[in-house]
Amino acid sequence: MTRSLTFRAAIVSILLFAAFVLVWHLATRGSGATVAMDPEYAKLMGATATTGKSAMPGPLDVGATVWGHLKDPFYDRGTNDKGLGIQLGWSILRVTIGYLLAVLVAIPIGFLIGMSPLMSKALDPFIQVLKPISPLAWMPLALYTIKDSGLSAVFVIFICSLWPMLVNTAFGVASVRKEWINVARTLEVGTLRRIFTVLLPAAAPTILTGMRISIGIAWLVIVAAEMLVGGTGIGYFVWNEWNNLSITNVITAILVIGVVGMILDQLLARATRAVTFPE
Amino acid sequence: MTDKFISIEGISKRFPAAGGGTTTVFEDLWLGMERGTFTCVIGHSGCGKTTVLNVLAGLDRPSDGAVIVDNQSIEGPSLDRAVIFQSHALLPWLTVMGNVAYAVASKWRRWSRAQVEEHAQRFIALVGLSGAERKRPAELSGGMKQRVGIARALSIEPKILLMDEPFSALDALTRGTLQDEVRRICQETGQTVFMITHDVDEAIYLADRIVLMTNGPQAVLAEIVDNPLPADRARDDVHKHPLYYAVRNHVVDFLVTRSKSYTDADKAALDRRNPPIVRPGAPEPAIVSGESASPSWPGLSRPSTSHAG
Repeated sequence: MTRSLTFRAAIVSILLFAAFVLVWHLATRGSGATVAMDPEYAKLMGATATTGKSAMPGPLDVGATVWGHLKDPFYDRGTNDKGLGIQLGWSILRVTIGYLLAVLVAIPIGFLIGMSPLMSKALDPFIQVLKPISPLAWMPLALYTIKDSGLSAVFVIFICSLWPMLVNTAFGVASVRKEWINVARTLEVGTLRRIFTVLLPAAAPTILTGMRISIGIAWLVIVAAEMLVGGTGIGYFVWNEWNNLSITNVITAILVIGVVGMILDQLLARATRAVTFPE
Repeated sequence: MTDKFISIEGISKRFPAAGGGTTTVFEDLWLGMERGTFTCVIGHSGCGKTTVLNVLAGLDRPSDGAVIVDNQSIEGPSLDRAVIFQSHALLPWLTVMGNVAYAVASKWRRWSRAQVEEHAQRFIALVGLSGAERKRPAELSGGMKQRVGIARALSIEPKILLMDEPFSALDALTRGTLQDEVRRICQETGQTVFMITHDVDEAIYLADRIVLMTNGPQAVLAEIVDNPLPADRARDDVHKHPLYYAVRNHVVDFLVTRSKSYTDADKAALDRRNPPIVRPGAPEPAIVSGESASPSWPGLSRPSTSHAG
Protein backbone atom coordinates (compact mmCIF):
# COMPACT_ATOMS: atom_id res chain seq x y z
CA MET A 1 0.00 0.00 0.00
CA THR A 2 1.40 3.38 -0.94
CA ARG A 3 0.91 6.35 1.32
CA SER A 4 -0.25 9.70 -0.01
CA LEU A 5 2.22 11.80 -1.96
CA THR A 6 2.22 14.47 0.75
CA PHE A 7 3.17 11.91 3.37
CA ARG A 8 6.00 10.47 1.30
CA ALA A 9 7.26 13.94 0.43
CA ALA A 10 7.27 14.83 4.13
CA ILE A 11 9.34 11.75 4.92
CA VAL A 12 11.89 12.72 2.26
CA SER A 13 11.98 16.30 3.56
CA ILE A 14 12.64 15.11 7.11
CA LEU A 15 15.37 12.74 5.95
CA LEU A 16 17.06 15.48 3.92
CA PHE A 17 16.91 17.84 6.88
CA ALA A 18 18.33 15.21 9.22
CA ALA A 19 21.16 14.49 6.75
CA PHE A 20 21.93 18.19 6.44
CA VAL A 21 22.02 18.68 10.20
CA LEU A 22 24.20 15.60 10.62
CA VAL A 23 26.72 16.77 8.02
CA TRP A 24 26.71 20.22 9.54
CA HIS A 25 27.30 18.76 12.99
CA LEU A 26 30.16 16.53 11.82
CA ALA A 27 31.75 19.35 9.82
CA THR A 28 31.84 21.76 12.74
CA ARG A 29 32.74 19.23 15.44
CA GLY A 30 36.28 18.51 14.41
CA SER A 31 39.19 20.32 15.95
CA GLY A 32 41.91 21.91 13.96
CA ALA A 33 45.53 22.39 14.81
CA THR A 34 46.27 24.17 18.06
CA VAL A 35 49.18 26.39 18.73
CA ALA A 36 50.87 26.67 22.08
CA MET A 37 50.71 30.23 23.25
CA ASP A 38 50.87 32.54 26.16
CA PRO A 39 47.77 32.09 28.41
CA GLU A 40 47.01 35.83 28.33
CA TYR A 41 47.18 35.80 24.57
CA ALA A 42 45.08 32.63 24.41
CA LYS A 43 42.26 34.42 26.29
CA LEU A 44 42.17 37.04 23.58
CA MET A 45 42.25 34.48 20.79
CA GLY A 46 39.30 32.43 22.05
CA ALA A 47 38.47 28.77 21.68
CA THR A 48 39.19 28.57 17.95
CA ALA A 49 42.90 29.16 18.41
CA THR A 50 43.44 27.41 21.74
CA THR A 51 41.42 24.21 21.46
CA GLY A 52 41.05 24.06 17.69
CA LYS A 53 37.25 24.39 17.91
CA SER A 54 35.61 25.28 14.60
CA ALA A 55 34.75 28.96 14.19
CA MET A 56 31.46 27.95 12.59
CA PRO A 57 28.77 27.13 15.16
CA GLY A 58 27.25 23.67 14.97
CA PRO A 59 23.54 22.91 14.78
CA LEU A 60 23.38 22.43 18.52
CA ASP A 61 24.75 25.92 19.20
CA VAL A 62 22.31 27.45 16.74
CA GLY A 63 19.47 25.40 18.18
CA ALA A 64 20.26 26.63 21.67
CA THR A 65 20.38 30.25 20.44
CA VAL A 66 17.10 29.91 18.57
CA TRP A 67 15.52 28.46 21.68
CA GLY A 68 16.91 31.33 23.72
CA HIS A 69 15.40 33.89 21.35
CA LEU A 70 12.09 32.07 21.22
CA LYS A 71 11.88 31.97 25.01
CA ASP A 72 12.34 35.70 25.33
CA PRO A 73 11.67 37.44 22.03
CA PHE A 74 10.72 40.87 23.35
CA TYR A 75 13.42 41.86 25.82
CA ASP A 76 14.93 45.30 25.52
CA ARG A 77 18.30 45.92 27.14
CA GLY A 78 19.32 49.07 25.36
CA THR A 79 20.02 50.19 21.83
CA ASN A 80 22.08 47.24 20.67
CA ASP A 81 20.46 44.46 22.65
CA LYS A 82 16.82 43.95 21.81
CA GLY A 83 14.88 40.72 21.43
CA LEU A 84 14.48 39.15 18.01
CA GLY A 85 10.72 39.72 18.22
CA ILE A 86 11.16 43.46 18.61
CA GLN A 87 13.59 43.61 15.67
CA LEU A 88 11.24 41.58 13.50
CA GLY A 89 8.33 43.74 14.58
CA TRP A 90 10.12 46.86 13.36
CA SER A 91 10.94 45.26 10.02
CA ILE A 92 7.39 43.99 9.51
CA LEU A 93 5.99 47.40 10.48
CA ARG A 94 8.18 49.18 7.93
CA VAL A 95 7.36 46.66 5.22
CA THR A 96 3.63 46.91 5.97
CA ILE A 97 3.52 50.71 5.84
CA GLY A 98 5.64 50.99 2.68
CA TYR A 99 3.78 48.16 1.02
CA LEU A 100 0.30 49.50 1.81
CA LEU A 101 1.30 52.95 0.52
CA ALA A 102 2.48 51.25 -2.66
CA VAL A 103 -0.87 49.42 -2.96
CA LEU A 104 -2.73 52.71 -2.62
CA VAL A 105 -0.67 54.28 -5.38
CA ALA A 106 -0.03 51.35 -7.73
CA ILE A 107 -3.54 49.96 -8.08
CA PRO A 108 -5.36 53.17 -9.06
CA ILE A 109 -2.56 54.13 -11.46
CA GLY A 110 -2.53 50.58 -12.79
CA PHE A 111 -6.26 50.85 -13.52
CA LEU A 112 -5.69 54.19 -15.23
CA ILE A 113 -2.97 52.73 -17.44
CA GLY A 114 -4.95 49.57 -18.12
CA MET A 115 -8.09 51.46 -19.09
CA SER A 116 -6.61 54.33 -21.06
CA PRO A 117 -4.36 53.57 -24.04
CA LEU A 118 -3.33 57.23 -23.97
CA MET A 119 -2.10 57.11 -20.36
CA SER A 120 -0.54 53.74 -21.03
CA LYS A 121 1.62 55.18 -23.79
CA ALA A 122 2.27 58.43 -21.94
CA LEU A 123 3.42 56.84 -18.68
CA ASP A 124 5.30 53.97 -20.26
CA PRO A 125 8.69 55.74 -20.62
CA PHE A 126 8.65 56.81 -16.95
CA ILE A 127 7.87 53.29 -15.78
CA GLN A 128 10.49 51.77 -18.06
CA VAL A 129 13.18 54.06 -16.64
CA LEU A 130 12.16 53.98 -12.99
CA LYS A 131 11.41 50.25 -12.74
CA PRO A 132 14.96 48.87 -13.14
CA ILE A 133 16.47 51.23 -10.54
CA SER A 134 17.68 49.31 -7.50
CA PRO A 135 15.53 50.46 -4.58
CA LEU A 136 18.66 51.04 -2.49
CA ALA A 137 19.85 53.61 -5.01
CA TRP A 138 17.01 55.81 -3.76
CA MET A 139 18.31 55.63 -0.20
CA PRO A 140 20.67 58.66 -0.23
CA LEU A 141 18.03 60.76 -1.91
CA ALA A 142 15.45 59.60 0.61
CA LEU A 143 17.76 60.29 3.55
CA TYR A 144 18.50 63.75 2.20
CA THR A 145 14.89 64.74 1.57
CA ILE A 146 13.06 62.90 4.36
CA LYS A 147 15.82 63.38 6.96
CA ASP A 148 14.61 60.37 8.92
CA SER A 149 16.28 57.01 8.56
CA GLY A 150 13.21 54.97 9.53
CA LEU A 151 10.96 56.77 7.07
CA SER A 152 13.64 56.46 4.40
CA ALA A 153 13.53 52.70 4.82
CA VAL A 154 9.74 52.86 4.46
CA PHE A 155 10.17 54.92 1.31
CA VAL A 156 12.57 52.36 -0.14
CA ILE A 157 10.03 49.61 0.56
CA PHE A 158 7.35 51.73 -1.08
CA ILE A 159 9.37 52.30 -4.22
CA CYS A 160 10.40 48.67 -4.60
CA SER A 161 6.86 47.32 -4.05
CA LEU A 162 5.36 49.79 -6.47
CA TRP A 163 6.49 48.44 -9.84
CA PRO A 164 5.39 44.80 -9.86
CA MET A 165 1.94 45.83 -8.59
CA LEU A 166 1.67 48.69 -11.08
CA VAL A 167 2.74 46.64 -14.07
CA ASN A 168 0.59 43.64 -13.13
CA THR A 169 -2.49 45.74 -12.43
CA ALA A 170 -2.14 47.56 -15.74
CA PHE A 171 -1.65 44.29 -17.57
CA GLY A 172 -4.53 42.58 -15.77
CA VAL A 173 -6.93 45.43 -16.43
CA ALA A 174 -5.89 45.83 -20.06
CA SER A 175 -6.34 42.14 -20.78
CA VAL A 176 -9.82 41.77 -19.31
CA ARG A 177 -11.85 39.92 -21.93
CA LYS A 178 -13.55 42.23 -24.36
CA GLU A 179 -16.78 40.27 -24.12
CA TRP A 180 -17.07 40.85 -20.35
CA ILE A 181 -16.64 44.57 -20.95
CA ASN A 182 -19.21 44.36 -23.72
CA VAL A 183 -21.64 42.71 -21.32
CA ALA A 184 -21.27 45.68 -19.00
CA ARG A 185 -21.59 48.10 -21.91
CA THR A 186 -24.81 46.57 -23.22
CA LEU A 187 -26.19 46.77 -19.68
CA GLU A 188 -25.33 50.51 -19.60
CA VAL A 189 -23.13 50.04 -16.55
CA GLY A 190 -21.31 53.27 -15.64
CA THR A 191 -17.53 53.52 -15.51
CA LEU A 192 -17.18 53.37 -11.74
CA ARG A 193 -19.55 50.42 -11.37
CA ARG A 194 -17.83 48.73 -14.31
CA ILE A 195 -14.48 49.08 -12.55
CA PHE A 196 -15.75 47.45 -9.38
CA THR A 197 -18.05 44.82 -10.87
CA VAL A 198 -16.14 43.70 -13.96
CA LEU A 199 -12.56 44.99 -14.19
CA LEU A 200 -11.60 44.45 -10.54
CA PRO A 201 -12.85 40.87 -10.19
CA ALA A 202 -11.57 39.94 -13.66
CA ALA A 203 -8.11 41.41 -13.03
CA ALA A 204 -7.90 40.43 -9.35
CA PRO A 205 -5.82 37.26 -9.87
CA THR A 206 -3.24 39.19 -11.92
CA ILE A 207 -3.23 42.08 -9.43
CA LEU A 208 -2.74 39.69 -6.50
CA THR A 209 0.11 38.00 -8.37
CA GLY A 210 1.78 41.40 -8.63
CA MET A 211 1.16 42.03 -4.94
CA ARG A 212 2.73 38.67 -4.12
CA ILE A 213 5.85 39.49 -6.14
CA SER A 214 5.97 42.87 -4.42
CA ILE A 215 5.80 41.53 -0.87
CA GLY A 216 8.63 39.14 -1.73
CA ILE A 217 10.81 41.95 -3.04
CA ALA A 218 9.90 44.20 -0.10
CA TRP A 219 11.02 41.54 2.36
CA LEU A 220 14.29 41.10 0.46
CA VAL A 221 14.95 44.81 0.40
CA ILE A 222 14.08 45.60 4.03
CA VAL A 223 17.08 43.58 5.27
CA ALA A 224 19.47 45.52 3.07
CA ALA A 225 17.79 48.83 3.84
CA GLU A 226 18.00 48.28 7.58
CA MET A 227 21.66 47.32 7.34
CA LEU A 228 22.16 50.79 5.85
CA VAL A 229 19.94 52.89 8.10
CA GLY A 230 20.65 50.98 11.32
CA GLY A 231 18.93 51.44 14.65
CA THR A 232 16.30 48.74 14.65
CA GLY A 233 15.02 45.92 12.50
CA ILE A 234 16.11 42.46 11.54
CA GLY A 235 18.55 43.75 8.91
CA TYR A 236 20.26 45.89 11.52
CA PHE A 237 20.29 42.89 13.88
CA VAL A 238 22.15 40.80 11.30
CA TRP A 239 24.74 43.51 10.73
CA ASN A 240 25.11 44.18 14.43
CA GLU A 241 25.68 40.50 15.18
CA TRP A 242 28.23 40.36 12.36
CA ASN A 243 30.08 43.19 14.06
CA ASN A 244 29.84 41.20 17.30
CA LEU A 245 31.21 38.20 15.38
CA SER A 246 28.24 36.21 16.68
CA ILE A 247 27.79 33.80 13.79
CA THR A 248 25.18 31.87 15.79
CA ASN A 249 22.96 34.92 15.95
CA VAL A 250 23.54 35.66 12.26
CA ILE A 251 22.44 32.15 11.31
CA THR A 252 19.45 32.43 13.63
CA ALA A 253 18.44 35.70 11.99
CA ILE A 254 18.83 34.17 8.53
CA LEU A 255 16.48 31.36 9.52
CA VAL A 256 13.93 33.77 10.96
CA ILE A 257 14.05 36.00 7.86
CA GLY A 258 13.33 32.95 5.74
CA VAL A 259 10.40 31.84 7.88
CA VAL A 260 8.79 35.29 7.96
CA GLY A 261 9.26 35.70 4.20
CA MET A 262 7.57 32.36 3.67
CA ILE A 263 4.63 33.37 5.86
CA LEU A 264 4.17 36.66 3.99
CA ASP A 265 4.31 34.85 0.66
CA GLN A 266 1.80 32.24 1.80
CA LEU A 267 -0.62 34.92 3.00
CA LEU A 268 -0.63 36.50 -0.46
CA ALA A 269 -0.79 33.11 -2.15
CA ARG A 270 -3.89 32.33 -0.12
CA ALA A 271 -5.43 35.68 -1.06
CA THR A 272 -4.67 34.98 -4.73
CA ARG A 273 -6.42 31.63 -4.51
CA ALA A 274 -9.43 33.28 -2.89
CA VAL A 275 -9.97 35.65 -5.84
CA THR A 276 -9.09 33.21 -8.61
CA PHE A 277 -12.10 32.00 -10.54
CA PRO A 278 -12.27 28.88 -12.68
CA GLU A 279 -13.23 29.44 -16.28
CA MET B 1 -40.79 58.79 -40.96
CA THR B 2 -40.25 55.08 -40.86
CA ASP B 3 -42.92 52.49 -40.29
CA LYS B 4 -40.33 49.89 -39.35
CA PHE B 5 -39.47 49.16 -35.74
CA ILE B 6 -35.81 48.74 -36.59
CA SER B 7 -34.49 50.48 -39.65
CA ILE B 8 -30.92 50.06 -40.80
CA GLU B 9 -30.35 52.97 -43.13
CA GLY B 10 -27.41 52.86 -45.48
CA ILE B 11 -24.74 51.75 -43.06
CA SER B 12 -21.18 51.03 -44.19
CA LYS B 13 -18.13 49.76 -42.41
CA ARG B 14 -14.62 50.53 -43.59
CA PHE B 15 -11.28 49.78 -42.02
CA PRO B 16 -7.92 51.27 -42.89
CA ALA B 17 -6.17 48.58 -44.93
CA ALA B 18 -2.67 47.36 -44.17
CA GLY B 19 -0.96 48.93 -47.16
CA GLY B 20 -2.80 52.26 -47.02
CA GLY B 21 -6.25 52.81 -48.43
CA THR B 22 -9.35 51.30 -46.93
CA THR B 23 -11.04 47.92 -46.85
CA THR B 24 -14.80 48.10 -47.18
CA VAL B 25 -16.51 45.29 -45.31
CA PHE B 26 -19.97 46.25 -46.47
CA GLU B 27 -21.47 49.34 -47.95
CA ASP B 28 -24.84 51.08 -48.13
CA LEU B 29 -26.80 48.39 -46.32
CA TRP B 30 -30.52 48.94 -45.79
CA LEU B 31 -32.81 46.67 -43.83
CA GLY B 32 -36.06 47.13 -41.99
CA MET B 33 -37.54 44.87 -39.34
CA GLU B 34 -41.05 44.96 -38.01
CA ARG B 35 -41.93 44.62 -34.36
CA GLY B 36 -42.23 41.05 -33.20
CA THR B 37 -40.45 39.50 -36.18
CA PHE B 38 -37.56 37.07 -36.14
CA THR B 39 -34.83 37.90 -38.65
CA CYS B 40 -31.87 35.66 -39.35
CA VAL B 41 -28.78 36.74 -41.24
CA ILE B 42 -26.82 34.15 -43.18
CA GLY B 43 -23.58 34.75 -44.98
CA HIS B 44 -20.05 33.49 -45.09
CA SER B 45 -17.45 34.57 -42.57
CA GLY B 46 -16.10 38.01 -43.29
CA CYS B 47 -19.27 39.42 -44.80
CA GLY B 48 -19.73 41.70 -41.82
CA LYS B 49 -22.74 40.09 -40.15
CA THR B 50 -21.24 40.43 -36.71
CA THR B 51 -20.41 44.06 -37.42
CA VAL B 52 -24.05 44.69 -38.34
CA LEU B 53 -25.10 43.08 -35.07
CA ASN B 54 -22.56 45.08 -33.09
CA VAL B 55 -23.84 48.26 -34.72
CA LEU B 56 -27.37 47.29 -33.73
CA ALA B 57 -26.14 46.61 -30.21
CA GLY B 58 -24.39 49.97 -30.11
CA LEU B 59 -21.03 48.32 -29.44
CA ASP B 60 -19.67 49.40 -32.80
CA ARG B 61 -20.30 52.46 -34.93
CA PRO B 62 -20.90 52.37 -38.66
CA SER B 63 -18.55 54.41 -40.86
CA ASP B 64 -21.61 55.81 -42.59
CA GLY B 65 -25.33 55.64 -42.21
CA ALA B 66 -27.52 55.18 -39.18
CA VAL B 67 -29.75 52.72 -37.41
CA ILE B 68 -33.12 53.86 -36.16
CA VAL B 69 -34.85 51.84 -33.47
CA ASP B 70 -38.33 52.83 -32.39
CA ASN B 71 -37.86 56.21 -34.06
CA GLN B 72 -34.59 56.88 -32.26
CA SER B 73 -31.13 56.80 -33.70
CA ILE B 74 -28.74 54.37 -31.98
CA GLU B 75 -25.98 56.29 -30.21
CA GLY B 76 -24.55 53.55 -28.03
CA PRO B 77 -25.42 50.39 -26.12
CA SER B 78 -28.81 50.36 -24.52
CA LEU B 79 -30.77 48.23 -22.10
CA ASP B 80 -33.51 48.17 -24.74
CA ARG B 81 -31.34 45.88 -26.83
CA ALA B 82 -30.04 42.72 -25.22
CA VAL B 83 -27.19 40.73 -26.72
CA ILE B 84 -26.71 36.99 -26.48
CA PHE B 85 -23.05 36.43 -27.19
CA GLN B 86 -21.66 33.50 -29.12
CA SER B 87 -19.32 32.58 -26.28
CA HIS B 88 -22.06 33.16 -23.66
CA ALA B 89 -19.82 35.79 -21.98
CA LEU B 90 -20.87 34.93 -18.45
CA LEU B 91 -18.87 36.54 -15.67
CA PRO B 92 -17.09 33.48 -14.25
CA TRP B 93 -16.70 34.86 -10.73
CA LEU B 94 -20.46 35.21 -10.33
CA THR B 95 -23.00 32.44 -9.84
CA VAL B 96 -25.88 31.81 -12.23
CA MET B 97 -28.05 33.97 -10.01
CA GLY B 98 -25.27 36.56 -9.78
CA ASN B 99 -24.97 36.82 -13.54
CA VAL B 100 -28.69 37.26 -14.13
CA ALA B 101 -29.12 39.52 -11.10
CA TYR B 102 -26.27 41.72 -12.37
CA ALA B 103 -28.28 42.45 -15.51
CA VAL B 104 -31.52 42.94 -13.57
CA ALA B 105 -29.86 45.30 -11.09
CA SER B 106 -28.35 47.23 -14.01
CA LYS B 107 -31.79 47.84 -15.49
CA TRP B 108 -33.72 48.55 -12.29
CA ARG B 109 -31.12 50.29 -10.16
CA ARG B 110 -33.46 51.17 -7.30
CA TRP B 111 -34.77 47.68 -6.74
CA SER B 112 -34.01 45.95 -3.48
CA ARG B 113 -31.89 42.84 -3.51
CA ALA B 114 -34.94 40.68 -2.87
CA GLN B 115 -36.81 42.22 -5.80
CA VAL B 116 -33.82 41.73 -8.07
CA GLU B 117 -33.40 38.09 -7.07
CA GLU B 118 -37.08 37.34 -7.42
CA HIS B 119 -37.13 38.80 -10.92
CA ALA B 120 -33.92 36.97 -11.87
CA GLN B 121 -35.35 33.75 -10.46
CA ARG B 122 -38.31 33.96 -12.86
CA PHE B 123 -36.00 34.06 -15.85
CA ILE B 124 -33.72 31.34 -14.53
CA ALA B 125 -36.84 29.19 -14.23
CA LEU B 126 -37.90 30.21 -17.74
CA VAL B 127 -34.77 28.65 -19.25
CA GLY B 128 -35.13 25.59 -17.04
CA LEU B 129 -32.21 26.18 -14.69
CA SER B 130 -34.07 26.25 -11.35
CA GLY B 131 -31.90 24.54 -8.80
CA ALA B 132 -28.63 25.65 -10.42
CA GLU B 133 -28.79 29.25 -9.16
CA ARG B 134 -25.81 28.94 -6.85
CA LYS B 135 -23.55 27.24 -9.39
CA ARG B 136 -20.72 29.04 -11.09
CA PRO B 137 -20.37 29.02 -14.88
CA ALA B 138 -17.38 26.65 -14.68
CA GLU B 139 -19.66 24.01 -13.15
CA LEU B 140 -22.16 24.19 -16.03
CA SER B 141 -22.22 22.46 -19.40
CA GLY B 142 -22.01 24.52 -22.59
CA GLY B 143 -25.76 24.35 -23.10
CA MET B 144 -26.51 25.41 -19.54
CA LYS B 145 -24.10 28.34 -19.86
CA GLN B 146 -25.87 29.54 -22.97
CA ARG B 147 -29.21 29.17 -21.15
CA VAL B 148 -27.87 31.53 -18.50
CA GLY B 149 -26.84 33.90 -21.29
CA ILE B 150 -30.39 33.74 -22.66
CA ALA B 151 -31.91 34.25 -19.21
CA ARG B 152 -29.63 37.23 -18.64
CA ALA B 153 -30.61 38.80 -21.96
CA LEU B 154 -34.32 38.22 -21.46
CA SER B 155 -34.34 39.30 -17.82
CA ILE B 156 -33.90 42.96 -18.72
CA GLU B 157 -37.07 42.67 -20.83
CA PRO B 158 -35.48 44.20 -23.91
CA LYS B 159 -37.33 45.51 -26.92
CA ILE B 160 -34.91 43.72 -29.20
CA LEU B 161 -32.91 40.55 -28.79
CA LEU B 162 -29.64 40.36 -30.70
CA MET B 163 -28.03 36.95 -31.03
CA ASP B 164 -24.59 36.32 -32.50
CA GLU B 165 -24.45 32.64 -33.45
CA PRO B 166 -25.77 31.73 -30.02
CA PHE B 167 -25.86 27.99 -30.58
CA SER B 168 -22.82 27.44 -32.78
CA ALA B 169 -20.62 26.23 -29.91
CA LEU B 170 -23.13 23.61 -28.78
CA ASP B 171 -23.59 19.98 -29.73
CA ALA B 172 -26.48 19.15 -32.06
CA LEU B 173 -28.84 17.80 -29.41
CA THR B 174 -28.41 20.73 -27.05
CA ARG B 175 -28.69 23.12 -29.97
CA GLY B 176 -32.06 21.66 -30.93
CA THR B 177 -33.44 21.93 -27.41
CA LEU B 178 -32.28 25.50 -27.04
CA GLN B 179 -33.68 26.46 -30.44
CA ASP B 180 -37.05 25.14 -29.32
CA GLU B 181 -36.87 27.13 -26.12
CA VAL B 182 -35.77 30.34 -27.78
CA ARG B 183 -38.57 29.96 -30.28
CA ARG B 184 -41.14 29.34 -27.54
CA ILE B 185 -39.92 32.25 -25.44
CA CYS B 186 -39.79 34.62 -28.39
CA GLN B 187 -43.30 33.71 -29.42
CA GLU B 188 -44.61 34.06 -25.89
CA THR B 189 -42.99 37.41 -25.32
CA GLY B 190 -43.37 38.75 -28.86
CA GLN B 191 -39.68 39.64 -29.03
CA THR B 192 -38.17 41.30 -32.02
CA VAL B 193 -35.12 39.21 -32.76
CA PHE B 194 -32.06 39.70 -34.95
CA MET B 195 -29.91 36.62 -35.13
CA ILE B 196 -26.75 35.62 -36.94
CA THR B 197 -26.28 32.01 -37.86
CA HIS B 198 -24.38 29.69 -40.17
CA ASP B 199 -26.96 26.96 -39.86
CA VAL B 200 -29.51 26.95 -42.68
CA ASP B 201 -31.93 24.61 -40.89
CA GLU B 202 -31.75 26.73 -37.76
CA ALA B 203 -32.60 29.82 -39.79
CA ILE B 204 -35.55 28.13 -41.49
CA TYR B 205 -36.88 26.79 -38.21
CA LEU B 206 -36.60 30.05 -36.29
CA ALA B 207 -36.82 32.94 -38.69
CA ASP B 208 -39.67 34.78 -40.30
CA ARG B 209 -37.25 36.33 -42.72
CA ILE B 210 -33.80 35.20 -43.75
CA VAL B 211 -31.39 37.86 -44.89
CA LEU B 212 -28.74 36.69 -47.35
CA MET B 213 -25.45 38.53 -47.58
CA THR B 214 -22.82 38.08 -50.28
CA ASN B 215 -19.18 37.40 -49.48
CA GLY B 216 -17.03 40.21 -48.19
CA PRO B 217 -15.25 42.45 -48.69
CA GLN B 218 -17.76 44.85 -50.20
CA ALA B 219 -20.54 42.56 -49.10
CA VAL B 220 -24.09 43.50 -49.97
CA LEU B 221 -27.47 42.44 -48.72
CA ALA B 222 -28.45 40.41 -51.78
CA GLU B 223 -32.00 39.44 -50.89
CA ILE B 224 -34.46 38.76 -48.18
CA VAL B 225 -36.09 35.34 -48.09
CA ASP B 226 -39.60 35.45 -46.75
CA ASN B 227 -40.03 32.17 -44.90
CA PRO B 228 -43.18 30.51 -46.34
CA LEU B 229 -43.49 27.94 -43.54
CA PRO B 230 -46.47 28.32 -41.21
CA ALA B 231 -45.89 30.18 -37.95
CA ASP B 232 -46.91 27.19 -35.86
CA ARG B 233 -44.23 24.93 -37.28
CA ALA B 234 -42.83 22.29 -34.96
CA ARG B 235 -39.36 20.79 -34.89
CA ASP B 236 -40.50 17.21 -35.40
CA ASP B 237 -42.24 17.78 -38.72
CA VAL B 238 -41.00 21.10 -40.08
CA HIS B 239 -38.69 19.28 -42.47
CA LYS B 240 -41.66 17.37 -43.92
CA HIS B 241 -43.43 20.51 -44.99
CA PRO B 242 -43.63 20.61 -48.78
CA LEU B 243 -42.02 24.02 -48.94
CA TYR B 244 -39.17 23.20 -46.55
CA TYR B 245 -36.73 22.07 -49.20
CA ALA B 246 -37.72 24.88 -51.55
CA VAL B 247 -36.52 27.33 -48.92
CA ARG B 248 -33.56 25.22 -47.95
CA ASN B 249 -32.39 24.72 -51.53
CA HIS B 250 -32.76 28.39 -52.26
CA VAL B 251 -30.64 29.40 -49.28
CA VAL B 252 -28.04 26.68 -49.83
CA ASP B 253 -27.77 27.56 -53.53
CA PHE B 254 -27.16 31.12 -52.53
CA LEU B 255 -24.47 30.20 -50.00
CA VAL B 256 -22.73 27.71 -52.28
CA THR B 257 -22.73 29.58 -55.57
CA ARG B 258 -24.52 32.89 -55.75
CA SER B 259 -22.85 34.48 -52.73
CA LYS B 260 -19.53 34.13 -54.55
CA SER B 261 -20.65 34.88 -58.08
CA TYR B 262 -22.45 38.06 -57.22
CA THR B 263 -20.86 40.42 -59.73
CA ASP B 264 -20.31 44.14 -59.61
CA ALA B 265 -23.01 44.45 -62.27
CA ASP B 266 -25.39 42.60 -59.98
CA LYS B 267 -24.42 44.93 -57.18
CA ALA B 268 -25.00 47.95 -59.39
CA ALA B 269 -28.40 46.65 -60.44
CA LEU B 270 -29.42 46.01 -56.83
CA ASP B 271 -31.88 48.44 -55.33
CA ARG B 272 -30.13 48.63 -51.99
CA ARG B 273 -32.93 50.45 -50.24
CA ASN B 274 -35.45 47.79 -51.22
CA PRO B 275 -33.59 44.52 -51.62
CA PRO B 276 -35.60 41.85 -53.45
CA ILE B 277 -37.88 39.81 -51.25
CA VAL B 278 -38.04 36.21 -52.36
CA ARG B 279 -40.66 33.70 -51.30
CA PRO B 280 -39.35 30.29 -52.38
CA GLY B 281 -41.97 27.82 -53.40
CA ALA B 282 -44.49 30.48 -54.24
CA PRO B 283 -45.63 30.45 -57.85
CA GLU B 284 -43.00 32.88 -58.94
CA PRO B 285 -41.63 32.98 -62.47
CA ALA B 286 -38.10 33.74 -61.37
CA ILE B 287 -37.79 30.37 -59.72
CA VAL B 288 -39.79 27.95 -61.84
CA SER B 289 -38.98 29.42 -65.25
CA GLY B 290 -36.84 27.19 -67.44
CA GLU B 291 -37.90 24.04 -65.69
CA SER B 292 -40.30 22.28 -68.00
CA ALA B 293 -43.16 20.58 -66.23
CA SER B 294 -41.86 20.85 -62.74
CA PRO B 295 -44.31 21.19 -59.88
CA SER B 296 -44.99 24.62 -58.52
CA TRP B 297 -42.60 23.98 -55.67
CA PRO B 298 -39.43 21.99 -56.16
CA GLY B 299 -39.70 20.36 -52.77
CA LEU B 300 -41.93 17.59 -54.13
CA SER B 301 -39.38 16.51 -56.68
CA ARG B 302 -37.18 15.19 -53.90
CA PRO B 303 -37.60 11.68 -52.61
CA SER B 304 -39.99 11.67 -49.75
CA THR B 305 -38.38 11.30 -46.38
CA SER B 306 -41.57 10.70 -44.49
CA HIS B 307 -42.44 7.12 -45.35
CA ALA B 308 -40.33 5.50 -42.66
CA GLY B 309 -42.50 6.66 -39.80
